[in-house]
Amino acid sequence: MTEKRTMHPLLKWFYRLGAPAWFYPFAGKLLPWLGGLFLLLLVPGLYLGLWHAPADYQQGDSFRIMYVHVPAAWLSMFVYFAMAVSAVIALVWRVRMAEIMIISSAPIGAGFALIALVSGALWGKPMWGAWWVWDARLTSELILLFIYLGIIALYNAIDERRSAGRAMSLLTLVGVVNLPIIHYSVVWWNTLHQGATVSKFDTPSIHIDMLIPLLLMAAAFKVFYGWAMLLKMRAHLLEQDLHCGWVKERIFNAQKMPRKNSTGRVANQGHKHE
Amino acid sequence: MSEFLNMGGYAFYVWSAFGFSTLVMTILLIQPLLQHAQAWREAEALHDHDGERR
Repeated sequence: MTEKRTMHPLLKWFYRLGAPAWFYPFAGKLLPWLGGLFLLLLVPGLYLGLWHAPADYQQGDSFRIMYVHVPAAWLSMFVYFAMAVSAVIALVWRVRMAEIMIISSAPIGAGFALIALVSGALWGKPMWGAWWVWDARLTSELILLFIYLGIIALYNAIDERRSAGRAMSLLTLVGVVNLPIIHYSVVWWNTLHQGATVSKFDTPSIHIDMLIPLLLMAAAFKVFYGWAMLLKMRAHLLEQDLHCGWVKERIFNAQKMPRKNSTGRVANQGHKHE
Repeated sequence: MSEFLNMGGYAFYVWSAFGFSTLVMTILLIQPLLQHAQAWREAEALHDHDGERR
């Protein structure tokens, strides 16, 4: 323990350099499990939500849009919160992996903010009679989408990856003020958007047959985030570390191994090396 | 079945919302895969036959 604390800076540097060599295959092993878990939650969520749950007494079947709208909106905020935690780690301890996590999460957050806005418009039109209103909840969610796009643009505008990572982390932290604004927008302002129905702890004002698929879809979307994020992190790591030893080693190992669809000749070559 | 697809008259709104979500989520999976494949090809070109030439 004390050995580690007084670690030589060079050792520390090696330690950091070693991290992707461990992280990349670890993430690769997690991917199929996350994909499977996503489907395992998604399929019953869709079945119960689209088919089994009764139609709403006021909104008819249009309320089923909720099963993508609400989980997407929740996730768009959850992703930002995770990025903000990562930004603190990136800024305080200068961890590169935390920066990679932020830039890999931003497009996912943007995607789900977009899903929330578009599905909201498709729900608003038949229920409110308008695709869009400049309402506190809708506007603050739109700002969240712009913050995500700003984070991606800033990271890509700076050539040196670590400087880009620091600037991006700072911007991520500044943008955190928008999260409570989104959450409390339906309380602080008079708004067309309906208030919370699930996070009221005393009595959720939603029927259990409607609530269960909502929770399944919300869980499925959270798992999807982990899945898509690891895919993106692996792509970024490989792209940024092209010249690094761990990439060279992975390429070397992949070429050494006989491929599944290879001809007998290639397989024999692999055997000859032994 | 057709009653299910009709969604009580809200078919356009409901299926557009689910279709758009499917589209975005598919892109969020496919794009990193393409980016990874591209980086992998570059890495292969960079390190190919590295050991043999020396």
